Amino acid sequence: MAILLNRNTRVIVQGFTGKIGSFHAEDMKRYGTKLVGGVTPGKGGQKHLGLPVFNTVKGAVRETRAEASIVFVPPPFAADSIMEAADAGIKLCVCITDGIPSQDMMQVKRYMRRYRFEDRMRLVGPNCAGVITPGQALMGIMPGSIYLPGRVGIVGRSGTLGYEAASQMKALGIGVSTSVGIGGDPINGSSFKDILQLFERDEDTDAVVMIGEIGGPQEAEAAIWARDNMRKPLIAYIAGLSAPKGRRMGHAGAIISAFGESAQEKVEILKEAGVVIVPTPASFGEVVADTLARTKKAA
Amino acid sequence: MDIHEYQAKELLARHGVHVPRGGLAYSPEQATYRAREIGGSKWVLKAQVHSGARGKAGGIKLCANDEEIANAAEAMLGRKLVTNQTGPRSKLISRLYLEEAVDIAQELYLGFVLDRKEERVMIVASAAGGMEIEEISERKPDSIIRAVVDPGVGMQGFQAREIAFGLGLESNLIGKATETILGCYQVFRDYDASMLEINPLVVTRDGNLVALDAKMSFDENALFRRPEISELRDKSQEDPRETFASDRGLSYVGLDGNIGCIINGAGLAMATMDMIKIAGGEPANFLDIGGGASPERVAKSFRAVLGDKNVETILVNIFAGINRCDWVAEGVIKAIREVGVDVPLVVRLSGTKVEEGRRILADSGEKIIVADTLAEAAEKAVAAWRAATKKKAA
Repeated sequence: MAILLNRNTRVIVQGFTGKIGSFHAEDMKRYGTKLVGGVTPGKGGQKHLGLPVFNTVKGAVRETRAEASIVFVPPPFAADSIMEAADAGIKLCVCITDGIPSQDMMQVKRYMRRYRFEDRMRLVGPNCAGVITPGQALMGIMPGSIYLPGRVGIVGRSGTLGYEAASQMKALGIGVSTSVGIGGDPINGSSFKDILQLFERDEDTDAVVMIGEIGGPQEAEAAIWARDNMRKPLIAYIAGLSAPKGRRMGHAGAIISAFGESAQEKVEILKEAGVVIVPTPASFGEVVADTLARTKKAA
Repeated sequence: MDIHEYQAKELLARHGVHVPRGGLAYSPEQATYRAREIGGSKWVLKAQVHSGARGKAGGIKLCANDEEIANAAEAMLGRKLVTNQTGPRSKLISRLYLEEAVDIAQELYLGFVLDRKEERVMIVASAAGGMEIEEISERKPDSIIRAVVDPGVGMQGFQAREIAFGLGLESNLIGKATETILGCYQVFRDYDASMLEINPLVVTRDGNLVALDAKMSFDENALFRRPEISELRDKSQEDPRETFASDRGLSYVGLDGNIGCIINGAGLAMATMDMIKIAGGEPANFLDIGGGASPERVAKSFRAVLGDKNVETILVNIFAGINRCDWVAEGVIKAIREVGVDVPLVVRLSGTKVEEGRRILADSGEKIIVADTLAEAAEKAVAAWRAATKKKAA
């Protein structure tokens, strides 16, 4: 049943009646997502795209039994919307919004910890392309047509680079179980490791492609987890090998940043952990095909 | 977004952090006048540029009289400062800050930063402040004091006290240090900073605790609610190419190569730059046009990229999700006709409405090199750049 999302997941849209929310709600519906309504404060009781609009997420959950929510609310109000979803008992929240202040995200993550781990909402994003389980459901902004249904999981920070990988795979007839965009912000809801754990447990996923970038500790953390816990092949690309050493202000960043933040260091750590490296962004397709063929032979 | 030392000190002083008496000067005359206002017999003249490590680069000068101040001011103003933090690009000195000189007994380090691992604000402090702090943190990581703030309740008094005692301060300074640390946190939090650093924080011979230098950067995503911080922006300290782009809502970083890049999505932009390098070229910039690229936005991107005189070829790589290839194609044609593109242009479109986009390019009759895949796009861009530069040389 892939991870996070399938054709039976009941989804609402926060920021439903806005221009962007409406556009993507229609697109998701067309793809097959079980959209059951939306939230726009002050517009409760209306109908939009043939679906009920609610004033609050709690109201929407009560009436529609929604389990998942996708957030298209503008940056100043997005953190509030995520916390509202968490409080209403939503299980999966995908936040597309780009530009949420870091301090707002710190508060969101702190707030989510009010709930016991088993009851805690899973947040994907913000500033991400969302989640798609090809052939079943879309909770995001990716073009559905570039994904073939299949058995390889994708998790990446960048939306468009994830599209690049999926389309290279499709060109070789390789399909995707679920693709998850975890977003490019310094503080995000789900890490690479969080998503790898789900793929490792998922019966419909045979291998995972991880698409990382320079900066932050998450790729290295995921590699070490995978080395110790993952049986399925992990294939990774790290963008930014050509990025120049950035200008900086002061020393604080250098003092706290550990080894493993540059693209070269990340590739090294991944290699040591036994991860298959995609050497260039033009070779996602080949490397995945090779890896699948080798695993099959070995089995 | 970075601000100047004197601006950071103003913010800090309002929250109980002690800073030396000082004043801003735009000319040698103003600098000497400031010295009289401040009083005393020794002053430090400091170039106001968005960078640390100014001292080693000649941006800080100790002066004992009017003549020395005027000479130092004259030498600094209008000069471009290169430090080991600016990268190869220099920063223009157009403002000076004159401060009373302080009698230093000890130099400490105090920094506040967003820690991506903890996903919280982290405070780092060291009893050995000054210019070698990074070396010390590498050689003796245990000597660095760290504390993490719970965003639910903010920084607590005990945390500040622990840092103060950890720095080994005399008991009569603990109260002042606690007040300083909590004051810094308040400023960091209230103004949505992403970095605040006091290096050095000094213990003076007369038993005071003073912020001798201060650096601050701010979360650009939070500027919508911090107009007082936006006011402090000094565009003269930014790469003009980046200012042009950011004023138009584009995310641009100038580099030193010759192949201009127009791409959607930060990850794909970095990957495309990697690919150009693998194909034997050098990218001139990072540019993410973002989602929802209207034809106007694409045309603006061309203006931003062509503003760099080193650009000898342009590569457009769009994988449309929210974007639409037909709009991007219209934007490309609009740019060729309105902005004028006199360098080879390679365009790769993929995703939503790709057929329509390709047709628009083909039907336009303009000279556009079309590529289907990422690899092909990078190879064609490098080949076109080589051919163009050869022609230029001949």
